[in-house]
Amino acid sequence: MPKVKIKRKSTVTDMTAMCDVAFLLLTFFILTATARQPEALKVDTPSSTVTMKLPDTDISTLTVGQGKIFFGVVGQDVRMNTLERMGEQYNITFTPEEKKRFGVIESFGVPMASLKQFIALDNSERMKLNQPGIPSDSGANNELKQWILQARYAVKELHNKDLRFSIKGDANEEYPEIRKVIDILQDQNINKFSLITSLEGGDSK
Amino acid sequence: MAELDTSGGGSKKGGKVRSKKMSTRVDLTAMVDLAFLLITFFMLTTTLAKPQAMDMFMPDKNDKNPDQQLDVKASRTMTALLGSNNKVVWYMGVLGDNPPTVDNFGKKGIRESFIDMNKEVVSKTGDPKKGLMVIIKPTDKSNYKNFVDILDELKIAAVPSYGIVNKIEPAEIDMLKKQGAYNDSKVQQ
Repeated sequence: MPKVKIKRKSTVTDMTAMCDVAFLLLTFFILTATARQPEALKVDTPSSTVTMKLPDTDISTLTVGQGKIFFGVVGQDVRMNTLERMGEQYNITFTPEEKKRFGVIESFGVPMASLKQFIALDNSERMKLNQPGIPSDSGANNELKQWILQARYAVKELHNKDLRFSIKGDANEEYPEIRKVIDILQDQNINKFSLITSLEGGDSK
Repeated sequence: MAELDTSGGGSKKGGKVRSKKMSTRVDLTAMVDLAFLLITFFMLTTTLAKPQAMDMFMPDKNDKNPDQQLDVKASRTMTALLGSNNKVVWYMGVLGDNPPTVDNFGKKGIRESFIDMNKEVVSKTGDPKKGLMVIIKPTDKSNYKNFVDILDELKIAAVPSYGIVNKIEPAEIDMLKKQGAYNDSKVQQ
């Protein structure tokens, strides 16, 4: 009886094409991924079920945590313009070099008086520094109010758009601190803003 | 002649050294594995990096035209006071008319109250547009998480209108104290 021979197929497949595609995609994702700067103030945002994303441009983030307030606005050009305007307000002149350095600082929390030294610091030193937060007490010394106002002017001038504000608060932050920020915004007739939250997972849906 | 024989023995004959033909095939499995792992990583991080945002509106502070203000019947309003220890105390209408209720945040707590009360108000007015109006009053003892939570619950319960009021009457604080929801929040955390 003739035996039927089963042909053995090789299990090795040609992976060249697969490898090509994989690396193409990998390159794409690496290039599109935006490098995230380490945050100056670590906050643990509360979770919610909303899934709306924040816009990428013309937005300012006020980070509130540990009783401190940090200010940040998106866009290098906006930041540089804001700094210039703040310098005019507080009679501090910033060199072009300082403006450029300030342009890459995403979020900060130092009073105007020590801003010059802060800009001069190295990036790694800046991270180590325990920033005291922006003074926001009511009265003449309300620097946060000025920052918000000047940033709004800067965005209006550069992009002819209204600056949006978002509040990024720590979950355990006490409400009076948040109210202070909201009050400052409301004093400038900003009644609409966003609260940054993280996505809620699990049971409560 | 004395020559060093560097070859490993064997093919001494003929003198011609034949280079071995190596296969050009390389096993790409590991490389592909790694590539896909990285792709997955970058894909997930790019979509998750963008923060979620919740829009909120505050009532205008300086009312230039008070005649535009909305009059809402007291029976339709519900005041929710955010207290300490993640508690929320709410009452319908005017303080004192209805007994306050203490709720916690979560599925069985304030959300159910919102949904039930909204249904009740809609059935009373007979107009789905005239639903519950919630007034949120965060006290000094509440934290930011409660504030976000209550806005979230309002959205889930589909409450048609709400407002955030920062002015709290002393009578309301007394009531909160009576309900045990106005302690120093530092202790419980």
